[in-house]
Amino acid sequence: MTKNTLPPSDPPLLSIRNLSIALPSGGDRAYAVRDISYDIHAGEILCIVGESGSGKSMSANAIMGLLPHYLRPETGQILLGGRNLLTQDEDVLRSMRGREMAMIFQEPLSALNPLLTVGEQIAEVMRVHNAYPGEARERRVLELLELVGLPDPAAIRHAWPFRLSGGQRQRVMIAMALALEPKLLIADEPTTALDVTTQAQILALIARIQRDKGMGVMFVTHDFGVVAEIADRVAVMEKGILVEQGTAEQVLNRPRHPYTRRLIGAVPRQRASATSRNAPAGGPVLQVENLHKTYAMGGGLFRKGRVVHAVNDVSFTVRRGETLGIVGESGSGKSTIGKCLLKLLDIDGGQMLFNGQDIAPLSEAQFRPKRRNIQMIFQDPFASLNPRHTVGRILCDGPLASGVSRQQAEKRARELLQLVELDPSAFDRYPGEFSGGQRQRVGIARALAMDPQLIVADESVSALDVSVQAQVLKLLHDVQQRLRLALIFITHDLRVAAQICDHLLVMHRGRVVEQGPPAQIFDAPQDAYTRQLIAAMPGRGWDPGAAILNSDSLNDTALASQFP
Amino acid sequence: MKKFLNRFLANRGAAAGTFLLLIVIAVGASASLLYEESPWMMVAQPLIKPFTDPAYLLGTDMLGRDIAAGLAYGARVSLMIGVISTLVAVFVGILVGALAGYYGKWVDDALMRATEFFQTVPQLAMAMVLVAIFKPSLYSIVGAIAMVSWPPVARLVRAEFMTLKTREFVQAAVVIGQRPSRIILTQILPNTASPIIVTASLMTATAILTESALSFLGLGDRNLMSWGYMIGAARTMLRESQWMSLWPGLAIMLTVLAINLIGEGLNDALNPQLRKRGA
Amino acid sequence: MQKLSFLVSRLGKALFVILGVVIINFMLIRMAPGDPAAVLAGESGSSDPAYVEQLRQQFGLDKPVYVQLATYLKGVAQFDLGYSYRERLPVFDLIMDRLPATLLLMACAFVFALLFGVLFGIVASRCRYQGKHPWVDSALMTASLLIYATPQFWLALLAIIFFSLQLGWLPPFGMETVGSGLAGWDRAKDIATHLVLPTVSLGCFFMAVYARLTRASMLEVLGMDFIKTARAKGVPVNQIIRHHALRNALLPVVTFAGIQLGQMAGGAVLTETVFGWPGIGRLMFDALLQRDYQLLLGVFLITSTMVVVFNLLTDLIYRFVDPRTQES
Repeated sequence: MTKNTLPPSDPPLLSIRNLSIALPSGGDRAYAVRDISYDIHAGEILCIVGESGSGKSMSANAIMGLLPHYLRPETGQILLGGRNLLTQDEDVLRSMRGREMAMIFQEPLSALNPLLTVGEQIAEVMRVHNAYPGEARERRVLELLELVGLPDPAAIRHAWPFRLSGGQRQRVMIAMALALEPKLLIADEPTTALDVTTQAQILALIARIQRDKGMGVMFVTHDFGVVAEIADRVAVMEKGILVEQGTAEQVLNRPRHPYTRRLIGAVPRQRASATSRNAPAGGPVLQVENLHKTYAMGGGLFRKGRVVHAVNDVSFTVRRGETLGIVGESGSGKSTIGKCLLKLLDIDGGQMLFNGQDIAPLSEAQFRPKRRNIQMIFQDPFASLNPRHTVGRILCDGPLASGVSRQQAEKRARELLQLVELDPSAFDRYPGEFSGGQRQRVGIARALAMDPQLIVADESVSALDVSVQAQVLKLLHDVQQRLRLALIFITHDLRVAAQICDHLLVMHRGRVVEQGPPAQIFDAPQDAYTRQLIAAMPGRGWDPGAAILNSDSLNDTALASQFP
Repeated sequence: MKKFLNRFLANRGAAAGTFLLLIVIAVGASASLLYEESPWMMVAQPLIKPFTDPAYLLGTDMLGRDIAAGLAYGARVSLMIGVISTLVAVFVGILVGALAGYYGKWVDDALMRATEFFQTVPQLAMAMVLVAIFKPSLYSIVGAIAMVSWPPVARLVRAEFMTLKTREFVQAAVVIGQRPSRIILTQILPNTASPIIVTASLMTATAILTESALSFLGLGDRNLMSWGYMIGAARTMLRESQWMSLWPGLAIMLTVLAINLIGEGLNDALNPQLRKRGA
Repeated sequence: MQKLSFLVSRLGKALFVILGVVIINFMLIRMAPGDPAAVLAGESGSSDPAYVEQLRQQFGLDKPVYVQLATYLKGVAQFDLGYSYRERLPVFDLIMDRLPATLLLMACAFVFALLFGVLFGIVASRCRYQGKHPWVDSALMTASLLIYATPQFWLALLAIIFFSLQLGWLPPFGMETVGSGLAGWDRAKDIATHLVLPTVSLGCFFMAVYARLTRASMLEVLGMDFIKTARAKGVPVNQIIRHHALRNALLPVVTFAGIQLGQMAGGAVLTETVFGWPGIGRLMFDALLQRDYQLLLGVFLITSTMVVVFNLLTDLIYRFVDPRTQES
C-alpha cells in the first residue's frame, strides 16, 4: 500500500510541463499525448496508469529521448535537474542516459543482446560513460548482481541471457539501470510479462532499491493491483490526456474522474457475491480422472532426454451451469489440460468422462461427431480468427461441418451476433476491422454456434484491457447462466478467477495443489504454494469495490452493476 | 482487391516493372506479326551495325540473321519457359511442403531429406546434366529448371504450414470439427498465398536467367531462338562485333529487372500492416 | 559430447547427399535415350565399336541392375570415375588437375562478394536507420537490383569488351599468359591480373545478393528491443552498430552465403567458359560440347561434393558462433 504520504517539499526531480507529441497523419487521433504535466520527486514512486493506446509509455520514451523519428514533441518542456531535455542535442542526452536517468523495459528476453554475456552488458554501461575504470569495473558488476538478488554472481556474470529465467533477466536489466546510480528510474511495464510470484519479487526489489537510494521512480503500468502495491502518487491517462493525478490514497480510494472510476470499477473484485448464480448447478457434464500428459525433451544419439510431467494425476468434475476455474502460473500445466480436454493433444493416461462416456481412447474420426459438445474460446483475439474469412463464414463453418444446412447455419450465426452484442453488419466484415474485445465476442459466438454443453475458456480475457475484460466476462457469465453451460475458465489471474468461478483448482508444476470455492481458497489456503500465490497478488489490501461505493458523485449504479 | 491494386501501383518500382513487362509481353505476342519469317532465316548481309540500316534497326548477326527478329521471338521463349517451369515448380513445392508441414513426423523427415538433396546440389550444374542427357528440347529444359527450382517453395510452404498449424484459428477449425483436407485447403493455404505468390514471381526471374544460361552453353532447343543463344553466338565474334551481345543481354536484364520489381511490389502490397493492439 | 553427436549427424547428412548424386548419375546414364554403352562412350568414343563393347563389359551393362549399381559404387569409392576417350585420361585425374583453378576462382569471388556485399549492406542500412543521406541507401539498392538482374555471362562479356578490348587494361582469356614461362612472384602477379575480371564478373551477382540481405538483416536487428536498451544506456550509434547490431545481423547472412555456394559453382561454369579459365567449369562445358558423358557426370559429382563440404563447414561455423544453438 502507500508508503509515503507526506507531501513533497523539495523541488521536483523531473518536471513535465504541457508536453504534446503529435502523431503522423492517418492515426486514430491527432496527438499521442496532449498537454500533459506531472512531477516526480526524489524518493517517491509515481505510477502512470492507462489502458493500451493511452500514451502512457510516450512520455517515458520522450524523457529518455527514445521516441522514433516520426514522433516529435511539438510543445512543452521536460525538465530534469533544471535542464530542458527537449532542447539538448544528442551528445548531451547520450551522456545523461544511464548516468542521470535509466530505463527498464517490458520484455526482458528481447531487451538483452542474445550474443553478449550478462556481465558484459552490465559492464557496457560503465564503459560507455568511462566510469569505474580497471578492476573496479568487474567488482562493481559483481556488486550489482548481488544487489539485485541474483544467486552466485561470479558464475552468472558469464551466463548468456537465454539461459536465465524471465525474473532473473529482469533483475539483470535493473542491475544495468542502477550501475551508475541514476537519480531517476523509468520502468515501462517491467512486470507485465512475468508470473505473479516473480512480479511480487521484482516489485519488492524495486521498492527496496528506491528506498535505499532515494531515487525517483516512474512506473508505467496498466495493472491497478500493481499501483496499489507500490505507488506513492498516481497519474491516470486516457487517450493521450492526463485525466487525474494525486496521491495513491486519493486516486485509489476516492477517484474523481469518471474514467478513473470506470477503470477501477472494472478491476475484478476479490470476492464473488453470493447472488451471482441464478440457478443451482445440474448434473456432472465432465469428469476427469487421473489425467496424465508428459513431454520428452532433448535427447539425442548419446544422451537420454528429460521427461516433463506437464499434467500429473489431475482429477476434477464440472457440472451444468457451473464455472470451474483452473489457476496457475506459466508452466503449471493449466493450458495443457485445456488442450487435452479438446483432444488437441493426446494424453498419456487417465480418463475423461463426458456424460459418462470416456472420450480419451476415441480416435479423431470417432470423436469428430462429438466435438460439437465441447468447444473452446482461445486466448489471442488476433490469432484465433482466420484473417481471410468473414465473421459470418467463421460462425457458419462449425455448423456446416456437422451437417447443418447453409440457411440454418446463417440464421443461427445472425442470432449469435445479436447474443454477443455485435452489430448485425459484422456478418460480412473481416476480423481485421474489429478490436480485441469485439473479436473475443466473435470467438464466444463461434463456440456457442455448436450448441455445446461444455466450454473451455483458455485465458480468454488475458490479452484484453481491463475495461474490455470486464465487459467480456459479464457477457460470458450472462450467456452461461442463460444456456446452463458448464464452463472451465483457465487463467493466471487470481482476481478474475475469484470473481466468476464457483470452484477453483490451483495448479503448480502439473499437479493440483488445492481445490475449493474461492472464498475458502482466499481466506483459508491450505497449501504452501497457494499461500505464496495469494500473498504475491499485488495490492491485496486494496478494495476496488469500496472505492467505487465510497465516491461522492452520481451515476454510481451503472458502475456498481457492471458486475453483480 | 482494389485496395491491393492501389497499394501495388503506388510503389513506383512495381509500376515501372509492370509497364516494362507488358512491353516485353506485347513484343513477344506480336513477334509473328512483326517479323513474318523465322528468326533463323538469313535475311541480309552479316554483321550490319545497329542504327545504320533502317530495315534492320538492331543490326544482323554473323550469319545475316535479323537481331530484332531474334529479340522478338526470344521474348516468347523466355517468358514461356520462365512461367511454365515456375508453375510446375510451385505446384510440386506446394504439394511437398504442405504434406511435410501438416503431417510432420516421418512424412516430414522423408520429404525434407529429398528437399535438402535437391537444394544442396548445384542447380545450374544439375540442370545442365539433365538437359544434356535427355537431349535439349522445350520439355527437357522446362523439366530441368522445374526440378532444381522447387525446393525453396517446398521449404517456404512447409515453414508456413508449421507456423499456421499451431495458430489458434487452425486449432479452432479442428475444435469445431472440420476435416483435415478442408482445413488444409480452406484455412491454411489461403493464408500462405502471399508468400507463395511473391516467391513464384521472383522464381520466374531466376528461371529466365537459368534458361538463358542453358541456351548460352548450347543446351537450348534448336528450334527456338533464345536470347541466351544469341549471346552465345556473339561470344564467338567478340573481336569482330562488340555490339552483337548488347541487345539480347539488355533484353534479359530488363525483363528480369521488371519481374523482380513486380515481385517486390507484390511483397509490399500483400504483407499485412502492423496491427495495433487494444480495446 | 553433444557437439560430437551433432557432427556425426551432419556428416551423415553430407554423405547422404553425395551418395544421392552418385545414384542419380547411375540412373541418368540408364535413363538417357539410346544405348547406355554408347552414352558412356561419348561422341568420340561411339565411333570406335571396340571401345563401346569394352565399356559394356566393364560396366556390366548386360548384368542385372543391382550388380551394375554395386560395380559402380565400388568404382566411385575407389575414385574411379570413368575414362575420357577424347582426352585419353581417367576422368578423376582430369578433374583433379583442373580443380585448383576453380577453387582459386571461387574463393576469390566469394571473398570479393562477401566483403563488398556486406560493406555496402551496412552502409545502406546505416543511412536508412539514421535518416541522414537516404539517397545513398536508394542508390546502393538500385545498383544491386540492376546487377541482380544481369545475366552473369553477359556481364562477363561486357567486362571483356570494355576492359580488355577497348581499354586493354586486363587480359581477356586464361589464367596465365601463354608461353611466358614465369615463376615465383612474377607468376603470381600474372595470375592475379588474369584473376581480376573473372572474379568480379562471378562475384558481382552475389555481392548484390549479400548487400540486400545484409541491409535487410541489419534493419531488422536495429528494430529489436535490445538496441533500444543499448540506446537507453547511452551507447553511441557507432558502437551500437558495431558491437550490438553487426554480430546479430551477420549470422543469417553468413549461413546464407554458405548455402549459396551451390549457385556460385554453377556460375563458375559460365564464367570459366567465357574467360577460358582452366577449371572444372570449363571442363564441364567441354564435356558438354563433346558429348563426353562420363566426364560430364564426373565433374557433376565432384562439384556437388565440393558444395556439400562447404555447406558442412558453414553449418559447423554457425553452430560454434551462436551460443543459442548450444544446449545445456
